Amino acid sequence: MRDVAVIGIGCTKFGEHWNRSFRDLFVEAGSLAFEDAKMSGEKIDAMYVGNMSAGRFVEQEHIGALIADYAGMASRHIPSTRVEAACASGGLAFRQAVIAVASGMEDIVVAAGVEKMTDVEPGASTDALTGAADREWEGFVGATFPGLYAMIATDYMHKYGMTREQLAHVAVKNHYNGARNPIAQFPSEITLETVLKSTMVAEPLRLFDCSPITDGAAAVIVAPLERAKEFTDTPIKVLATAQASDSIALHDRRDISTLDASVAAGQRAFKMAKLTQKDINMVEVHDCFSIAEICAIEDLGFCKKGTAGKFTADGETALGGKIPVNTSGGLKSCGHPVGATGIKQVCEIVTQLRGDAGRRQVENAKIGMTHNVGGTGATVAVHILGRV
Amino acid sequence: MVGIITYGVYIPRYRIKVEEIARVWGANASDITGGLGVFEKSVPDMDEDAATFAVEAARNSLRRRAVNPEEIGAVYVGSESHPYAVKPTACTVGEAIGATPTMTAADLEFACKAGTAGIQACMGMVKSGMIKYGLAIGSDVSQGAPGDALEYTAAAGGAAYIIGNDDPIATLNHTCSFTTDTPDFWRREGQDYPRHGGRFTGDPGYFKHVKGASHLMLEQMKTTPKDYTYAVFHQPNAKFPQKVAKDLGFTSEQIKPGLAVPRLGNTYSGASPIGLAATLDIAKPGDHIFVCSFGSGAGSDAFDITVTDAIKDKINRAAAPSVEKLLANPIYLDYAKYAKHKGKLVMQA
Repeated sequence: MRDVAVIGIGCTKFGEHWNRSFRDLFVEAGSLAFEDAKMSGEKIDAMYVGNMSAGRFVEQEHIGALIADYAGMASRHIPSTRVEAACASGGLAFRQAVIAVASGMEDIVVAAGVEKMTDVEPGASTDALTGAADREWEGFVGATFPGLYAMIATDYMHKYGMTREQLAHVAVKNHYNGARNPIAQFPSEITLETVLKSTMVAEPLRLFDCSPITDGAAAVIVAPLERAKEFTDTPIKVLATAQASDSIALHDRRDISTLDASVAAGQRAFKMAKLTQKDINMVEVHDCFSIAEICAIEDLGFCKKGTAGKFTADGETALGGKIPVNTSGGLKSCGHPVGATGIKQVCEIVTQLRGDAGRRQVENAKIGMTHNVGGTGATVAVHILGRV
Repeated sequence: MVGIITYGVYIPRYRIKVEEIARVWGANASDITGGLGVFEKSVPDMDEDAATFAVEAARNSLRRRAVNPEEIGAVYVGSESHPYAVKPTACTVGEAIGATPTMTAADLEFACKAGTAGIQACMGMVKSGMIKYGLAIGSDVSQGAPGDALEYTAAAGGAAYIIGNDDPIATLNHTCSFTTDTPDFWRREGQDYPRHGGRFTGDPGYFKHVKGASHLMLEQMKTTPKDYTYAVFHQPNAKFPQKVAKDLGFTSEQIKPGLAVPRLGNTYSGASPIGLAATLDIAKPGDHIFVCSFGSGAGSDAFDITVTDAIKDKINRAAAPSVEKLLANPIYLDYAKYAKHKGKLVMQA
């Protein structure tokens, strides 16, 4: 296998883009990535696009061809493939691009992610997202994603005694980071009180435990490491790509407050990169709900099972802590355009590794990790990236 | 100069508290009152509708000043809850106050701003000499589906303005509008309740148009927010007008007298006209008033108004109830009686 590097990144502002369409968003993200890699579209050999549910959100399918077309590549007939794994669609698109380059099949490949979620009313978007769970055994009987993650939180708090305040620290920390990220949807700092007094969504999860509905797109360009210097002085090497799956329904899991797919993907990634948790300078984890970040940092091995609440409340996941988590603001503050999230995570780690993260920069950042979850943990993609 | 000759308001006496509606739907009342700044809303009696409100408001305007109804040459009633789809409310009003038959009349609809559109139409006809007086009314039994976010605020009431040239109590110095095709809120023929685009009604709807018309007005009049004594903005809730006022540079003191919504709710076509009426209730000669309405669909009408000496001696404001008086001493209903008053209970014929 060939070594693979990220040579360009681009990300739109995340938010409610009422005056811009699905295609406007990915065209902007792609253009930013081309600009970043100082290249034009004719060098691109293939594209992979993460998108969860354009059919439900904007009534558009056939996203692979659409994106290639609007990227100006229709006449070049490049292969362009949509990748779908619910909220992990972006992470899997990145993995497909990396595999395509590593295998030698393609050279310069775009991995993009896009979601336009605010064109439908909130009930419709909640229902579309429910398609990431088991429709027959969960969705049809009334479970929604806040409901499923609330069950995880209830189980976790019962087993490990994490307090409601400790859980709230996840959102406070992510908003602190998001307030330092120019693309964040909600770039405002909040207090514990903001979280604890917000509207109850599904006990014990309140509004500020939940990631928002977001429009946005992100794109990265990958190339063989040996060619990376043609495009950039600061190529970022892909040290590991890993993916794992699990039962789609939460109730079929061995333990509902451990995402076994996160554990498996994390272990595979560390093995592939020949690294351990201590080598990671910062990690972007999938905090679709505050409890998801708690589970993620344990499942990836950054702290012991049952201790992530205290670990977070003690500031170990904050900037300057033992392992800064979600320096982008995470899904909570930066926003969660589901198909784009996995790619945005890669953009954030690349930004950190290049030293371009401004007020949220992790000092001496050499190696970073991304963790992207589909559903309640039925698909997980983990990547490790490092400076060359 | 063209201006307001007299004005009148009608608000039914019944109220329901936001807490009571939240109780029925299992919602957290403090989230709603905290988010919207609305605590209770007016409810019509069983035999009241947008037409009876319009008549009451028109009669209250005539109680304040003896305008000869036969000299009213135009009656426009703006509402999105006209009792009839075909048959004008404006004719009922004209007949009830003795303005028929030598008058023109029409019902207007532009979501929440048809009342101010009526004022503009009357201004044009008065200025051109087509009519001596015009009567413009905004009146609504606002519709909000049970359980919908709108139900917490959809209220009932109306305000009437007689527009003319002779000794106006307030001159209408200028008006301008800002209008686009924006589907933020709508109701199709035959549907009982409007639908809306949720948060889309905010930035691309309310804020874009209110700011659009307000900026036009400030530019065309070469004024700044500091030049006005008071300001009235369309008030679907308390949060939107407070935010838009702040964004434009108006103070909370300027909008306070005209902010009726916390105790009244959203009277749709009646909202900006009632807010202006509440401001005129306390205004003194020389006061400079900025008004900007909003109607979904979407558009805003802005007005630059100066109160004249006539408000002291040509009109008896006390001859009809002030907005403050109409809001005082309410009778509170529980949800069951509210449902009966609003015709939500289907009874056997």
